Amino acid sequence: MRDLVNLFIAGLDRGANFALIALGLTLVFGTLGVVNFAHGALFMLGAFVLLGTRYFFETKFITDTSAEPIRDFLGNEVFPQISLGEYLFGAGAGSWMAENALLLGIIVTIVFMSLIAWAIERGIIRFFYRRPHADQILVTFGLAVVLGEIVRAMVGASGITMTDMRPPWLEGTFKIGSFDMEKYRAFLVVIAGLIIAGVFALIQMTRFGMIIRSGMQDRQMVGLLGINIQRRFTLMFILGSVIAGLAGLFYVPTASFSNNLGMEFLVIAFVVVVVGGMGSISGAVLAGFVLGIAQTVSSHAAIEALIPGLNKVIIYLVAVIILLTLPRGLLGRRGVMEE
Amino acid sequence: MGHARCGLQSFLTMGGSIMDQNKSKNLNRRSVLKRGATAAILGGVAPFAFVRSANAYTNAPSGSSVKFGFNVPQSGAYADEGADELRAYQLAVEHINAGGGGFIDTMTVGGEKSALSGGINGKTVEYVTGDTQTKPDPAVASANRMIESDGVIMFTGGSSSGVAIAQQNLAQEKKVIFMSGLTHSNDTTGKDKRRYGFRHFFNTEMSGSALAPILAAQLGTERRAYHLTADYTWGWSQEGSIKEYTEAAGWETVNAVRTPLGAGDFSEFLAPVLDSGADVLVLNHYGRDMVNSLSQAVARGMRDASANGKNFEVVVPLYSRLMAQGAGANVAGIYGSTNWNWQLQDGDAASAAFVRAFGETYGFPPSQAAHTCYVQTILYAEACQRAGTFDPAGVIPTLEGMEFDGMGNGPVEYRAEDHQCFKDVLVVRGNANATSQYDLLEIVEVTPRAQVEYPASKFGGELGSI
Repeated sequence: MRDLVNLFIAGLDRGANFALIALGLTLVFGTLGVVNFAHGALFMLGAFVLLGTRYFFETKFITDTSAEPIRDFLGNEVFPQISLGEYLFGAGAGSWMAENALLLGIIVTIVFMSLIAWAIERGIIRFFYRRPHADQILVTFGLAVVLGEIVRAMVGASGITMTDMRPPWLEGTFKIGSFDMEKYRAFLVVIAGLIIAGVFALIQMTRFGMIIRSGMQDRQMVGLLGINIQRRFTLMFILGSVIAGLAGLFYVPTASFSNNLGMEFLVIAFVVVVVGGMGSISGAVLAGFVLGIAQTVSSHAAIEALIPGLNKVIIYLVAVIILLTLPRGLLGRRGVMEE
Repeated sequence: MGHARCGLQSFLTMGGSIMDQNKSKNLNRRSVLKRGATAAILGGVAPFAFVRSANAYTNAPSGSSVKFGFNVPQSGAYADEGADELRAYQLAVEHINAGGGGFIDTMTVGGEKSALSGGINGKTVEYVTGDTQTKPDPAVASANRMIESDGVIMFTGGSSSGVAIAQQNLAQEKKVIFMSGLTHSNDTTGKDKRRYGFRHFFNTEMSGSALAPILAAQLGTERRAYHLTADYTWGWSQEGSIKEYTEAAGWETVNAVRTPLGAGDFSEFLAPVLDSGADVLVLNHYGRDMVNSLSQAVARGMRDASANGKNFEVVVPLYSRLMAQGAGANVAGIYGSTNWNWQLQDGDAASAAFVRAFGETYGFPPSQAAHTCYVQTILYAEACQRAGTFDPAGVIPTLEGMEFDGMGNGPVEYRAEDHQCFKDVLVVRGNANATSQYDLLEIVEVTPRAQVEYPASKFGGELGSI
């Protein structure tokens, strides 16, 4: 029983992460009608921002010629190296920035992802709005491969641990009753909740959201009313990409960075979106948590003993059962992708 | 490059045969007679030529050079390790062709200095490279291409036991020697051993027998272990070996859970550990899996936890410096074993020569993967030189039972019965006071070869014929 609760707690942040990745994907699909296979790569780029932030504030790559020389691994005399943060702001401020790189990373991610998303939408995606989904899949998948390889060329393919990128005030665990939860993972759940609530508020409560919703229903009519719907859709693509980037940024301190991160989450993101119902925001959130918790709980020793390896297939198994009983997904609307 | 060249060659040959067809349109009586006579003569000789080639060996070199195939992961999770292996191979070729440098200067075989003096048997060494993607099928396809199109006399590469075993089977089938790189499963020289496959790297059996006494001495004999194991041949092999030797030392195994390769987030596997009654976590993970599971275990507070009145401990039986680099400060104080480490240069002149040669070329010290790949290439060259041929019928018996020294591990023997190298094993601990980004492991003990030796019959298997 204790194990089950432990696994449920582990499933919360997994679910929050799934929900956040799927949220951006379903937003883009629901508004632009674009099947974006580069979504995983955008998630990876968000995580990459944190790696880059660390590189600037923590990695020692500037040779300090004013210091005493030290000996390298071959016994040659070399000057020690310091980080850019230390170089620019001195040792104290430099180390504060290194410790709180995650917070600085939020700003950098929003700016960086907006620029990338704008370039992708204006440079590639907009030529594919009226083309079949298969074409969209091909071009965005190609883009994902290119982005992944660029990052590999820059940082290599080995895993780089990022658990030390948690700010000091989010390190360690706290107790829920007699159960331990990592502070950072709880923080992840809260952040995901805030982002999801923010997106809901934007879509349901603002004029911008109203135009987007009407544009989703009838793009032509909104255009005839003199509203530039295309510009709003570009903004929606940017919003979806920024959410993907933030999801990657907040996810990566629970694990390690790899250029392959995008591909690892791409399939799961699509499964979550399909199970939740194509284009449905609340569906994606619900499905994210259902699948995340299902995955962790299914690794329970008793379940594992009964059906070995269930943990590896549970997501797809649940997806099959839900789609057989509810073909439009948990909260899918009629008419989406049914033409 | 090799493949491209070959493609060009076959294209040109094809062009040639089309030209021949065009010529044949101009046949006249005389040329028919001439060709008939040639055919008759060839008919008499050809059967003998065929018999001769059937007796010769695969890809026997004919020109002034001989070609090696370096089949390493150039993409996928072990690409960085593959890149380091490739650096080592290139350095080895450079040293072989120069007839000196690195281990060639320091090695002895049966007490004699290296026989290499510029090339092998008067031929210079060339090479082609391939990408295994760390998967058996692409690895075999790539190796096959090297043998069939590039005509390699030997191929080598590593970083996964599943991949090594698949290539070894191909080696046996094609009768081309495979000098495996980094592969640690007992099966490689156990139940899946092959006459054409050779392993210099150590195995999980040796890790277990070297590590367990140190663990018992440092952490106590009354420990309860919880294993997380990568779900493939190497993980199973390591779990089995570590269980066997720690249980013999008095430990108890509480649970052993198999985890999917590349899981990323191991939180569901780590969540039950502290409540399980265990006080040691054994991570049978490698590469990025190890980087993830170790740092997540540390983030869950396992290093600071206590269980059964003792400090909770984490053990990583197979360490590599590249992995330790990925896991950062999380490795501090954690025990494991390794085949070789660049810090051996402090007491070992051979290791120092190799680290210097590698370090001066590339700017950083070699990994244990680079070391084993370099050694394997030099050993193969040495065996060919001593045998005076590239014919596996001569090279394999030379390698079998070869005793050598001065290659970083002290005296080593290539055991004839299973093609496994026997040598000292390093027990290491993550360095808590690292002075540089490479200073990640400290050597706790050099376990003598006698302690890690086992009978060849222990893991079964058949070598097969030459």
